[in-house]
Amino acid sequence: MSKQKQKGREVPGIQGGKEQVFSFPHMGDYHVPIARLLENMFPSGRVLVPPPITKQTIALGSRYSPDFICAPFKFNVGNYIEALAKGANVLIQTGLGCRFGYFGEVQEQILRDLGYEFQFFSLARENARLKNAYQGFRQLGCPHSPAKFLFYVLIAAESIRIMDHFAFIMRERAGFAQRPGSFEYLYGCMLEELRQVSSIKELLAIRRQYNEAFGKVEMRQTQHLLRVGIVGELYTLMEPYSNLFIEKELARHNIMVSRRMSAAFLLFGKNSRKSLKDTGKYMRYWPGANATDSVAQSRYYGKLGYDGIIHMKSYGCTPEINAMPALHNVGKDYNIPILYLSFDGQTNETGVLTRLEAFVDMLEMRRKTFEEDGLSGRGHRFYFDKGSRS
Amino acid sequence: MKIGIPKAFLYYRYRELWQTFFQEIGCEIVTSQDTNRAMLLAGTKDSIDESCLPAKIYLGHVRSLIDGCDHIFVPRFENFGKNDVMCDRFMGLHDIVRNVYPEASLIGFDLASTEHKSQWQAYLGLGKTLGKGAIEVLLALRRARLAQEAADQKRQRQQNELFRQQGVKILLAAQPYLIHDPYVGGPLTAMIREQGAIPLYSDHCCRRQCRKRALEICGNLYWIMNKESVGAIAMHRHQVDGIILLAAYPCGSDALVNELVLRKVKDVPVIQIILDEQQSESGLATRVESFIDILKERKRVSA
Repeated sequence: MSKQKQKGREVPGIQGGKEQVFSFPHMGDYHVPIARLLENMFPSGRVLVPPPITKQTIALGSRYSPDFICAPFKFNVGNYIEALAKGANVLIQTGLGCRFGYFGEVQEQILRDLGYEFQFFSLARENARLKNAYQGFRQLGCPHSPAKFLFYVLIAAESIRIMDHFAFIMRERAGFAQRPGSFEYLYGCMLEELRQVSSIKELLAIRRQYNEAFGKVEMRQTQHLLRVGIVGELYTLMEPYSNLFIEKELARHNIMVSRRMSAAFLLFGKNSRKSLKDTGKYMRYWPGANATDSVAQSRYYGKLGYDGIIHMKSYGCTPEINAMPALHNVGKDYNIPILYLSFDGQTNETGVLTRLEAFVDMLEMRRKTFEEDGLSGRGHRFYFDKGSRS
Repeated sequence: MKIGIPKAFLYYRYRELWQTFFQEIGCEIVTSQDTNRAMLLAGTKDSIDESCLPAKIYLGHVRSLIDGCDHIFVPRFENFGKNDVMCDRFMGLHDIVRNVYPEASLIGFDLASTEHKSQWQAYLGLGKTLGKGAIEVLLALRRARLAQEAADQKRQRQQNELFRQQGVKILLAAQPYLIHDPYVGGPLTAMIREQGAIPLYSDHCCRRQCRKRALEICGNLYWIMNKESVGAIAMHRHQVDGIILLAAYPCGSDALVNELVLRKVKDVPVIQIILDEQQSESGLATRVESFIDILKERKRVSA
């Protein structure tokens, strides 16, 4: 750690009077609070949100990444290259848990070998602690006092909480809106407002306002409600491009989608000791990253009588593979079907959609057989699960 | 009491320690056979298809032990300190085996130094589950550690002598369970010897020094096993003619670390060889032969 500090000191905050242009990799819609945070932290610099992920991004990322690295690495490298091409010169990376903690160092080397000139700021492992993060930000040229720094971090954290709260409700209800797309529209409007937010008061107002608006959306009544829980590796779950918009596809099939994993869950709701306990007999030890959460949540969905679980991860994700034998047993014991999907940069959309359709058909047939046999005691009500702290 | 030890993964790092420890506390040891094709196939059938090659081999070993012993020894390793972390696979290994083979009786320990579960605490717990007293266990552990240290130093001395020999020297930088497994790394070392070159192993160097020197190449590296293999490169890169990076498909940490080594070590010829369960020996032989030919030619020209 002391070594890193020295490294940071060698590079002064602003190089030769050039304007700092900050950029960071995409993950879902979280670019909104992160961009706002960076704007607040560095009033003299400019924040460049990297262009949205496209096929080109993945192609670029895959070309320069190691052979059997997981997909998030490739997406990040693609984002960085596109941001650098647009003029970014300070790149930010985080890193915790599994091998994600070592992404920063390798990505920096790859980009330097490509000939780009930039400053790389890594909030990995020890540096992610608030105190070290503050020192790092100061070295980059953040002029604020610790109190002001904390204030801006709090605003960003609260924005993420509000976002995830409404995203959770949106995922559950999107398939049942009287006018399709009304939840997505409301959510989009909320993101616009969060982009401009500058005080706690405004945040509370946004929360109140959208609570009302989400409640007012007209819903369709359905007879046969299918409920599916989504668990798995965090990046693949949170970046819709990397899971080929599977949640939207499920909503199109009129399925209630529940996904408790989100940035807010990772920041505030996560308690590794509790989730290890919630895995019951299936796991005795922590297998790395968020794998215990996958098992604990699957068990939770099994107990609630959900119709199915979709487990998603990027190819070769070690912690999730550690958890998969336990998931097999959860599926068997709770009699709940689990669809395992693994994504890398080159995943074929049609193949995944075919498997998803087959899975949904199977769930519908299963539900029908249950009802014919009079076994429909499980999960009949229209149940909204708010999650503990989503 | 018969204790089964799978001859895979960390067996190649702690062979003497485990053998002496169990003997000292009065247990009989059953070690599984050397890895063979049938074991690999059985392990592949029982594991998730995306897990790494050594993990599949490990499950094959565990399966072969189920009928032959009372308990199977499957420990869990998390870390040896804040920046000496094991790969995630070792953290989940106990639970994988428990979920795949519910009929097997497992014993083991949980080693996580940052959570006050250091080596002696771990072994004390292990002794307790076997019904042994604390003093007996600690004495056994002390003898076992001395035996392991003596064996390690002997291997280091032997390797240091090899460094002084003439001829083409090749450093195999990889995890010990890849290099020393007779089915995985065995054919490779045989090929190197056949070509008249001397194979040197990254895990037969001084581990403590390796861990320090690794940071010269990879600044913030925190996986202890990778630190040891990379540190061997940092220590001996000028004493050898070439370096072979050996990785199993799809190893989580090697994917990143080997990429960084390939990008940063430019003064010595380096190749990366990736092994998987569909390995054909002729493909491997072609690569090794051409690499050694280049090294020999380089040596001749520079002389």
